[in-house]
Amino acid sequence: MAASFSSPFEEIFALQRALDARHESDWFGSSTAGAGAFPPINIFQKDGDFVAIVELPGVDKVDLQIEAKESTVRISGRKEIGLEQSASVHRRERAHGAFDRTFSLPIQINSDAIRADFVDGVLTLTIPRAESQKPRNIKIG
Amino acid sequence: MEQELQVQRKREAETKQESTIPARVFLPVTDIFETEDALTLKLEMPGVAKDRVDVRVENDILTIEGRMDFGAYESLRPLYTEYNVGNFARTFQLSSKIEQERISAALKDGVMTLVLPKIERAKPRKIQVS
Repeated sequence: MAASFSSPFEEIFALQRALDARHESDWFGSSTAGAGAFPPINIFQKDGDFVAIVELPGVDKVDLQIEAKESTVRISGRKEIGLEQSASVHRRERAHGAFDRTFSLPIQINSDAIRADFVDGVLTLTIPRAESQKPRNIKIG
Repeated sequence: MEQELQVQRKREAETKQESTIPARVFLPVTDIFETEDALTLKLEMPGVAKDRVDVRVENDILTIEGRMDFGAYESLRPLYTEYNVGNFARTFQLSSKIEQERISAALKDGVMTLVLPKIERAKPRKIQVS
């Protein structure tokens, strides 16, 4: 096989491309309008739809609000960590409080068809493209 | 003014043993608090299902392991990422004041709650002055 060894330069160029892609990515870019950077969001593509996966451990479903409009999605809510008054604390690593984050996608989305699942502290938003954004087959007449 | 939540960087676990699974292991963020009858541990393990958690006590060491189901990610192509996904593992040394047979565990919304009851003589008591 011709490509069984890798060139060290190729590795460096691949790294450079990955860094550039990250800098030049217009995902969110300067458009993140929410108050804070919590919660962290990962975005994936799946058969033309977008999937946003957000880790929100310890947030109750009723304390979570999701709004979508045109091409923006807003995730807000609050995280409570119930602590008994009589308890003495040995270790405190978990953070709590309110969060509010808005992100816009670089395409038009079908905000009515967004599906949200909240399982095991992970919010999965399945965001379909707007009909107008879908590719169309053009018949040759 | 209400406190605003900040992103917490995930800490990677430093294991002494070599791992046989090619996945990253993170330390679950943990709160530990003590009441009169028990110690309570709360560990954040987002994305770990109930049947993929292992809790065991061996030689006074409590080990909690949560394995992610990466199958859900297989058909997804990453476009933009802000956090890493991996398994969770953390160990705690138990003192002799804990009744190991009665440790209970529950998992809800990605948070594992472990209740470690204290043995009878370790509970606080009032001493009457005669």
